[in-house]
Amino acid sequence: MGNEKVFDNVKIGDDILSMENITKIYGNGFVANKNVNFTVRKGEIHGLVGENGAGKTTLMKVLFGQEIPEEGRILLAGKEVNISSPLAALEYGIGMVHQHFMLVESLSVAENMVLGSEPVKGITFDYEEAVRRSTEVSKKFDLEVNPKAKIRDLSVGYKQRVEILKMLLHGAQILLLDEPTAVLTPQETKELFVQLKQLREKGFSIVFISHKLNEVKDICDRITVLRNGESVTTADVASVSEQDISRMMVGRDVLLNIEKEKANPGKTVLSVSNLSYKNKFGLYSFKDLSFDIRSGEILGVAGVEGNGQSELANVLAGLYEIEDGDIKVDGTSIKGMTVRQIREKGMAIIHEDRMTYGASATQSIAENIISDRFYKSEYKKKGFINWKDIVSKSKELIKDFSIKADGHDAEVRTLSGGNIQKVVAAREFTSSPKVLIACQPTRGIDVGAAELIRKKMIALRDKEDTATLLFSADLAELLNTSDEIIVMYGGKITAYFPDVSVINEEILGEYMLGLKTQSREEIGGVVHE
Amino acid sequence: MLDYIFSLEFIFAVIRMGTPILFVGMAAVIGAKADILCIAYEGMMLFAALGGVIGSAYSQNLAVGAIVGLLAGLVIAAIFAYFVLYLDTKPLLTGLALNTLGTGGTVYVVYLLTGMKLDTSSLASLRFPTIHIPVIKDIPVIGSIISGHNLLSYVAFIMVIVVWYLVFKTRLGLRIRAVGEDPAAAASVGINVRRTKFIALLISGLIASMGGLFMSMGYMPYFTNNMTAGRGFIGIAAQNLGRGNPIITMIYTLIFGASMAIGNTAQSFRLPSQFASMMPYLITLIGLVVIGARNKKNERRLHESISRKSKV
Repeated sequence: MGNEKVFDNVKIGDDILSMENITKIYGNGFVANKNVNFTVRKGEIHGLVGENGAGKTTLMKVLFGQEIPEEGRILLAGKEVNISSPLAALEYGIGMVHQHFMLVESLSVAENMVLGSEPVKGITFDYEEAVRRSTEVSKKFDLEVNPKAKIRDLSVGYKQRVEILKMLLHGAQILLLDEPTAVLTPQETKELFVQLKQLREKGFSIVFISHKLNEVKDICDRITVLRNGESVTTADVASVSEQDISRMMVGRDVLLNIEKEKANPGKTVLSVSNLSYKNKFGLYSFKDLSFDIRSGEILGVAGVEGNGQSELANVLAGLYEIEDGDIKVDGTSIKGMTVRQIREKGMAIIHEDRMTYGASATQSIAENIISDRFYKSEYKKKGFINWKDIVSKSKELIKDFSIKADGHDAEVRTLSGGNIQKVVAAREFTSSPKVLIACQPTRGIDVGAAELIRKKMIALRDKEDTATLLFSADLAELLNTSDEIIVMYGGKITAYFPDVSVINEEILGEYMLGLKTQSREEIGGVVHE
Repeated sequence: MLDYIFSLEFIFAVIRMGTPILFVGMAAVIGAKADILCIAYEGMMLFAALGGVIGSAYSQNLAVGAIVGLLAGLVIAAIFAYFVLYLDTKPLLTGLALNTLGTGGTVYVVYLLTGMKLDTSSLASLRFPTIHIPVIKDIPVIGSIISGHNLLSYVAFIMVIVVWYLVFKTRLGLRIRAVGEDPAAAASVGINVRRTKFIALLISGLIASMGGLFMSMGYMPYFTNNMTAGRGFIGIAAQNLGRGNPIITMIYTLIFGASMAIGNTAQSFRLPSQFASMMPYLITLIGLVVIGARNKKNERRLHESISRKSKV
């Protein structure tokens, strides 16, 4: 690419990219970016942080040519440029690694790498040349890939490596990584960080978007914080603490580590014995699971996605049928019960996929909040739904859960992800649950909303003696919120830790990857009766 | 009846009957690779068949006839592509509309030109020649199977190789597969998804139109009302059974060709002609059930192997 020369003139540590006074107003009048200033130096990893809806994504879309800003200008190596499309961005040496990989599954690594600028011999696609180019770039950056492997056979971390190499092959000098660690295990994350640091050494610039402040602290040189569409500050990472960053993001102090009392567990409320479930292919998603949760305690479930956790949650919720074994709530089996019957037994659930099971996008906040209880007599008056009462209760909950919305009748789809999750929580946490199943309750939502949901879960434990089963991919959250933790691997429980305070992410990671398994006796401790 | 199936005439008939289906099958392979549900092949074939007849009848030149026919089919393909890709209409409804236009519109044109509604036998249209391959035609058995077919039958078989090469060996083919499978990924590296799909549909329409030409300038000496009689759909079925692989798709088109050939002779064995015309569809149904069951099994096996791998 012709731009490499331009970039070569920039010395390491000098500004290579600056976005000045970027203002982006969407068609509906929503101001996503307001006078945002953002600079990236050559050879640095720059963290871009902010809550959901703070304008990170919009800013990156502007930089990658997917959105055209109303005001402001973009300078590359001191020269003003007009980035009108992703293709133009790529030609300017700006490459984006999306959260959903832009790779064609049935094609090989080499084919994906050269797609868009394929080598040809006559009219024939020159596969050998594609393989050669891929090998070359792989060697040059010390990121090993097999050019002939099919994408669909690769792990998530491997695909991400291919995606990064693809951008480098297309001549990217500035890499935008959109929450790259969201899909990785702790070990894969470490590996990625090593790779990113290598690229930094070679003079590449990386924009690292993340919610996870410890990662930002770990790998970035500088950070820029966005709040409500404005750039709050840019700072050297070394000079700020995680606490500082979160304060700048939210605009107030945030409790990253939630203070909580030691649990005071009572009798067993949820008892799962020898539970098995077969998926539609006739294979066991999990087999012979046995565990108990006592009232007033939170049992965390750690595990790499796809080791049976989602299926377990859905079986507990009554969405999937039990293949074998039993689930008892307060001593009564819920086998064969309908979802409503199970809920009436005192079960509440936050589903992993909030838009499919958690909330109805086109209904109002109030309607979503009463969707599990509208049929009860207390919500009726002379056979009709008592809207007046419901509206006043909804208003209370909107305040109590600090849901940011135009009002109780705002359609849920108009809310941000964090606020939708708060609506779900407002329903599930107020049904006086004996058992709460919380699946990835804070996934993809900002620190402020996550803090609220964690606090409310602990309040349920302490005030209503709720027994909670917490599934989370965020290990810091698991370690911080749970009283006990089990690890699921390959559809089995492979570890049980009755005391969370003595373990850390590395220990969990080893069990999550199946490198270690506890003895039967140790695991058996999770059955309390 | 068995005597017939093992006879040389039968194999000859299979190739003759299979030719138009083979063209559509190859057209459908390209459409499927680009992930476009195109059912408008009937309409394309009918217009191509009529265009070829008119072009050759008025010019008395075979090449002119072929070009007019192919262009007529291409116009339908282009209309389909424009509506589906640029105006975002539903492909199924658009295809249905164009097929209906094909059945009605061609009859209308035939009536305007000849004053008859049934066929164009009154026009002096040309036919593609029958090819007798030197040397091979004199080899016993093989000669009488391979030699003596209509020019377009040979083109159809060559088309299998052409399509295979196009899809798997050329840059355009790679791009067609990429936009068909993951348009976002293709667009992210600067490939124009709509344009690539448009080109794929035009190529697809061109190949299907050759099937139309064969109908009125090879299989029959003139155009008759709705002469494709569902072949455009049978070709799509063959592509489905062949799961997008040109070679396997070809095998299925020949199986359909065979069932049509059997159907035709069935009449001389006092079986009702309705039975004859039912055969290809019956075979399609049975084929889809068999393939569907096999795919389910493969899926299960794939899943098992993945879950085994993940436990290593």
